[in-house]
Amino acid sequence: MIAENELSQLTGFFRHRENDVLPLFRVVQPDGKAEESMLAHLTVEQIQKIYRQMVRVRQFDRKSIALQRQGKMGTYAPFEGQEAAQVGSALALRRSDWVFPTYRDGAASMTHGMPLKTMFRYWMGQLDGFDVPDDLNILHPCVPIATHLLHAVGVAWAAKLRGEDTVSICYFGDGATSEGDFHEALNFAGVFHLPVVFFCQNNGFAISVPFQRQSASRTIAERASAYAMDGIRVDGNDGLAVYLAVQSAVQKARDGGGPTLIEAVTQRFGAHTTADDPTRYRDQASMDEAWRDERDGIVRLRRLMLQKGVWSDSEEQRLLESTSEELLAAFDEAAAVPMSQPAEMFHHVYGQELWHLKEQRQGLQAGGEA
Amino acid sequence: MAEELNMVQAIAAALDAKLADDARIMILGEDVGVNGGVFRATDGLQKKYGQNRVVDTPLAESGIIGSSVGLALNGFRPVAEIQFLAFMFPGLEQVFAHVARMRSRTRGRFQLPMVIRTPYGAGIRGPELHSESLESLFVHTPGLRVVVPSNPYDAKGMLIAAMELDDPVMFLEPTRLYRAGKRSVPGGLYRVPLDEAEVLHEGDDVSIFAWGAMVPVAERAALALHEERGWTADVVDLRSLMPLDRETILRSVEKTGRAVIVHEAHKTGGLGGEVAALIAEEAIDCLRAPIMRVTGYDVPVPSFAVEDAYLPDEDRVKVGVTEAVTYE
Repeated sequence: MIAENELSQLTGFFRHRENDVLPLFRVVQPDGKAEESMLAHLTVEQIQKIYRQMVRVRQFDRKSIALQRQGKMGTYAPFEGQEAAQVGSALALRRSDWVFPTYRDGAASMTHGMPLKTMFRYWMGQLDGFDVPDDLNILHPCVPIATHLLHAVGVAWAAKLRGEDTVSICYFGDGATSEGDFHEALNFAGVFHLPVVFFCQNNGFAISVPFQRQSASRTIAERASAYAMDGIRVDGNDGLAVYLAVQSAVQKARDGGGPTLIEAVTQRFGAHTTADDPTRYRDQASMDEAWRDERDGIVRLRRLMLQKGVWSDSEEQRLLESTSEELLAAFDEAAAVPMSQPAEMFHHVYGQELWHLKEQRQGLQAGGEA
Repeated sequence: MAEELNMVQAIAAALDAKLADDARIMILGEDVGVNGGVFRATDGLQKKYGQNRVVDTPLAESGIIGSSVGLALNGFRPVAEIQFLAFMFPGLEQVFAHVARMRSRTRGRFQLPMVIRTPYGAGIRGPELHSESLESLFVHTPGLRVVVPSNPYDAKGMLIAAMELDDPVMFLEPTRLYRAGKRSVPGGLYRVPLDEAEVLHEGDDVSIFAWGAMVPVAERAALALHEERGWTADVVDLRSLMPLDRETILRSVEKTGRAVIVHEAHKTGGLGGEVAALIAEEAIDCLRAPIMRVTGYDVPVPSFAVEDAYLPDEDRVKVGVTEAVTYE
């Protein structure tokens, strides 16, 4: 038998190297310090826009949890802790780009333009919560894991075939990278060299299972190389780093440079959903204390802006107040819409109503047996 | 101009005609390009229309169906070929969770004009998992249209109609009939409706309902019983399984008073139960005999040495029909 190290020399086969980990791209440190050379890629307005949107979506998230607790909404999947990743990435898109979110990507959806009222209606379980504005290329949250990556691939493929410079982006978590569709999607995107950005938020947990149990890979981004695509590992709690990374990947895709796998390393501060109890599988108390100061993307960006003198306490106060008013108005509007009519479940099953659906609908509407 | 074509040639002709007619049509699948498909249903099409329109994909059924969803979302009309029905299992999540639901869950904003073609059924001496008949799975999934042609003429006309529909169509092709015989097939574009059964033979004593590869079996049984016993039968090719052509089914049973349903899928949970329930709900007063089902057995489709015993044949259909007609 050939000794392993000898075989390695003979064949030059790929050797797993434990210490060879992709670096984490970061612009803003937890204390708010940032490299000027990196900041030079951003205007003050861009930074403020990212910050404002992060604050806005966090207020939505907290209000949604409260509304669920009050019985005004159904089970909700909070994203607190992941605002920097979602807002930073979605702001790097054009409105005409396609967005494929999961249930934890409400921040990205709202940032891309999904109306607050529709967001509320969705989580209230109302059918019109599934409406998509006609001028927006976005899907409602994909509930199965990783299946929507292939839809982003197909959409990007269509754009490429027509010679358009539209890009598609799909959002998913670390758990999704264990699914077969993750592989199939990256493989198709690599083979056909498609303008798609695979944006993975590695928040460390798939409900209760830590990332170490999902994969023996040290990072998710390194898997990109197996598909001949670029992989980027970015600090997902750094909205500016995420914005710059996604902006670059999107531009590359528009220019015909093919797909990118981005791993945004982040944290889910809260529970998987309002039906989940994270104290069953992690030390939530220490997470609440330690993570917020060190890792919260909003705290970090505020520090930077205050240090640079481009933000003030009074601006913060005004932002919180205006956001609170906006959310209140949006929820009032959502709550004022009548309940979905049961017969609406029959709409749009097919382009034309088939005979048995027509009879069942009429039976429902007559209040009797279908 | 009409040509004598077998079913697989008729399918290729339909794809050819639509590729020429509509730039949004795309074919995706394993071995569909250079090789022209393992059954040659896409023979010569890549050469004619190029690699961007007739695409050899990686060997990944979820990838084929899932990326077809995306292509359809963004303006294309993909026709996905799954090499054999049982090979679709890795892609069934895409079919059930997305293909069927897209129009409904986006409240009509997005529709999926796509066709999933797949050879299916036993009787060709295929290896394990090449012979399944799982049409019930798709019929039981709201949002899908499910059709099965039984001859070359219908195959071309129904496939063209399927490619022109704005809803996803499961287009199940009975492998056993691919080369079972030629029939005159018109050139160019024509459509066969996707929601109409066809009464192939008219009779008075019994209605025999079948689809796909069971249609010629039912026809032979009916012919034999006419010669042997003098009975006459309606032989109805359902063609569309979702939706069922209720009118044609009920009209026939109301005339004959007896119903025999023949399918090669497993009996339990098979579509024969649905057809029987429809007849029982809406025409029980007309029945002069119990509704009979002649079907594949409730066993995994066996290895090919004994697949003929699994499949309903002329004799089994005759037994079922005789029971119905002689019932007192």
